[in-house]
Amino acid sequence: MKICVSSRGDSLDSMVDPRFGRAAQFIIYDTETGSFEAVSNAQGINASQGAGIQAAETVSNLGATALITGHCGPQASRTLQAAGIAVYSGADGLTVGQALDKFKDGQLEAAGSSDVSGHWK
Amino acid sequence: MRLAIASGKGGTGKTTVAVNLAACIPEPVMLLDCDVEEPNCHVFLSPEIDRTERCTLPYPVVDDSRCTRCGACSALCQYNAIVSLKTRTMVFPELCHGCGGCAEICPERAITEARREIGTISAGSGRGLSFGQGLLDVGQTMSPPLIRGVQRRAADEGTTILDCPPGTSCPVITAVRGSDYVVLVAESSPFGLNDLKLAVETMRLMGIPCGCVINRANPLERRVADYCRQERIPVLAEIPEDRKAAEAYARGLLLAEALPDFRERFENLYRRILEEISRREAAAGDQPAYGGETA
Amino acid sequence: MKELVVLSGKGGTGKTSITASFAHLAGASVIADCDVDAADLHLVLSPETLRRETFTSGGEAVIRTEDCIACGICKDKCRFHAVRKVRLKKHAYAYEIDPLACEGCSVCAALCPEDAIDFPERSCGEWMVSKTRFGTMVHARLAIGAENSGKLVTIVKNEARRIARQQQCCWILADGPPGIACPVIASISGASAALIVVEPTLSGIHDMERVLELTRHFGIPAFVCVNKWEIHPAMADEIEQNAGRAGARLVGRIRYDGSVTAAQIRGIPVTEYGGPASEDIRGVWGRVASHMEAVETPERIVV
Repeated sequence: MKICVSSRGDSLDSMVDPRFGRAAQFIIYDTETGSFEAVSNAQGINASQGAGIQAAETVSNLGATALITGHCGPQASRTLQAAGIAVYSGADGLTVGQALDKFKDGQLEAAGSSDVSGHWK
Repeated sequence: MRLAIASGKGGTGKTTVAVNLAACIPEPVMLLDCDVEEPNCHVFLSPEIDRTERCTLPYPVVDDSRCTRCGACSALCQYNAIVSLKTRTMVFPELCHGCGGCAEICPERAITEARREIGTISAGSGRGLSFGQGLLDVGQTMSPPLIRGVQRRAADEGTTILDCPPGTSCPVITAVRGSDYVVLVAESSPFGLNDLKLAVETMRLMGIPCGCVINRANPLERRVADYCRQERIPVLAEIPEDRKAAEAYARGLLLAEALPDFRERFENLYRRILEEISRREAAAGDQPAYGGETA
Repeated sequence: MKELVVLSGKGGTGKTSITASFAHLAGASVIADCDVDAADLHLVLSPETLRRETFTSGGEAVIRTEDCIACGICKDKCRFHAVRKVRLKKHAYAYEIDPLACEGCSVCAALCPEDAIDFPERSCGEWMVSKTRFGTMVHARLAIGAENSGKLVTIVKNEARRIARQQQCCWILADGPPGIACPVIASISGASAALIVVEPTLSGIHDMERVLELTRHFGIPAFVCVNKWEIHPAMADEIEQNAGRAGARLVGRIRYDGSVTAAQIRGIPVTEYGGPASEDIRGVWGRVASHMEAVETPERIVV
């Protein structure tokens, strides 16, 4: 399966970006091959509105079925849910690699609905 | 004739000028309050409202049975209001600007439009004037479509005065568009001058002639008057700083009714505006304004 | 770190003069001028620009006249009346876009049969990081006619927060925009509290009610102060009663005082100039600061 982690940088040592919609990058990790690619979230960052929706679309198109992030707003949540992507939040303060390890060990909690209220732009 | 009352910032006295001017004009007048986020003309005119309608904006509705998830709608939408996922196509109505692009581009004709409410337009009359106002619902973010709705009420004959929103961004542009003349209300202070310059730049970009009313004028503080003179912007009136005027305003009273010499001031202002407009017409002949719209 | 936004619903109530005074009184703070459409705070804080960045938002349609066959499809489909027909020569016409009306939807560019419409990114203004006597200031200038979507306000706020964290500053003071739409919503997002400045007028009380509805909707605690209160003491009382009933905390009244304009003319905050309004503003700040310091506010997440 492919897992997406919102990231501040493009390596497994980069810190998890706590924001989803305006995250700097997405790391897509393939559990079968153990390889990963870093994808820029330029579209989300530049969106004047609906950044979370844009980010969710990007992640969905990359084939991820799980997302690890810090926090997610309501529009992003709805989009991710519709796309069938399971969201795990609370990875703030970890590196991407650490977050993935915790995920493998079943230590990350699945997020309910959004955990921060949406806000404009 | 369409007269817009605008300013670079709020609190300069736009509404004061709009309502008092409207009350002092001898001909049939319509006053439209286009400051849809915080309309205040009604406070001074206490109009009797006889019609209200809800203003609506379109948003897309996707017929899932026809949607092939091709993604064309999503790719076109500049606002992230429609997103095509593998599983379904989702719509976020509150982000939709109503451009109609997704419905146009959909190869399966799977998108139709529904409407959602953004605010209320009210119409009525008071003190011998016709009145219209827009009120944006709290939590709504787009005012231009509601402003356009209010503008559609403008009279074909006679004079329509539009009280515009403050600032120079797109709600103001929408409100001012189509006016024959703009009265910029400015306060003579450093903030006031700063904001007047922005407003003048805006009107020049739009190619609409403008004049200035200096409100709360202070004989010792001449920077706005000096600027107007340098830029050849006619000073249509100077309303002096007056505590009694401030108190009357605070009580929701029309200055033209509450204070003796104010009626004359506003009557003179109207005359000055008419003079300015004829002077410009005589000078310009019938050259089209910037843009040369031919059809 | 506490973030206070100063709002008013309508303009011209004294919001900017009060924010400037708070910057003077707060000691170390980062100042954010969120009134990007009609920024005035710089006139009394005299910032020295350290950094300037262009702000782009969305796109705008531009027709390449040489490739236009004047079919009129763009004008037909444009819902924002942004396309007009122009005459080039005796019998030659083309279409052009009015940039002030163009809403950046790209429908014309998508439908043009000759692919004659470009859709470049739109430059909508700029934002700056500057140095002032009272702390670092983040401010911006929105281009004329630009959509004030709140994106520029968000950029200003995010930069202010980043700087405050870096400098380990206790306070972020934001001068808010007027109204109740996007830019205001963006300015209050994630703030610790909002101070609503109200004038004792019939218009003022209406506007305050709408702003309070907004702060309630977004769960932001609100303070209310009445400026120029002696113009209408009975209205000042009514405002305070309504505000209290709406759950806002009253933090005082400020007198009608010519020194406010005099301070503006000198280009300094009112509290540096002195006078009755200055005294009253000090009182308001004292109450706001002590209420905010007493309440534990978790650092709001920047999403």
